[in-house]
Amino acid sequence: MQLSYYLILAAILFSIGIYGVITRKNGILVLMSIELMLNAVTLNLVAFAQFNQSPEGLAFALFVITIAAAEIGVGLGLVLLITRNLKSPNIDKLDQLKG
Amino acid sequence: MVAQNIAFFILAAISVVGAIGVVRSSNIVHAALYLVTVLACSAGLFLLIAAEFIAWVQVLIYIGAVMVLLLFGIMLTRAPMGKNEDLDNDSKLPGLLVAFAMLGLVVALITDAYTGVDKIALGGSEGLQTLINGKMSSMSTTLFYTYVFPFEVVGVLLLGALIGAVVLARKD
Repeated sequence: MQLSYYLILAAILFSIGIYGVITRKNGILVLMSIELMLNAVTLNLVAFAQFNQSPEGLAFALFVITIAAAEIGVGLGLVLLITRNLKSPNIDKLDQLKG
Repeated sequence: MVAQNIAFFILAAISVVGAIGVVRSSNIVHAALYLVTVLACSAGLFLLIAAEFIAWVQVLIYIGAVMVLLLFGIMLTRAPMGKNEDLDNDSKLPGLLVAFAMLGLVVALITDAYTGVDKIALGGSEGLQTLINGKMSSMSTTLFYTYVFPFEVVGVLLLGALIGAVVLARKD
């Protein structure tokens, strides 16, 4: 069991999350991909904390989980607002700034 | 240690398959269930390195609260429940390029940083025992003594997010 196992797994999950954020059109699925990326970051923090025997990383992991919960709340509010105004949850409909 | 490695590889394989399911599934509810799998496997991975408190926080907050919120979102946006091909845009190639560039960069950095250096490993059952003993108390001390101000700020942030979500989603 080595630290780099966890780091590489987190890197893979983070990259898959990036792919999801870029390719998904539906707002809810974009939020799910962001959750995937935040989860990878938490994995990194906990792995560093446990393998270096320092409790700071665990405290930071708790902060990341809290902020992820806050982010999903506000993000869902935004997706609901987009759905209500544009009649579609697809965020590529948000092109009013196009000249 | 061998058993721990086997458990790690099983959980890691399930997480990666689940994560690919989240970004590739053509059914939005299936994507949410794949996300539950990934988060549950992460909780298992936390348990594997004796971070039991974070593991249960993960189960309660992510699998409990966040997933219910996401399913509510699916319901309220009247997303099509069945199979639907209209969930992806046509930037698959840029997405793949960015994801693989990111993965290559990070993996190269990790292997560069951790080869040659003496390997950081949890040493046997003895190492795990020292992790379990007094881990929770040291973590609580860190959280409520060293980082008590950030803790309070996170509380205010949650209040702000609550009010913000209500203001955004309310019909006026």
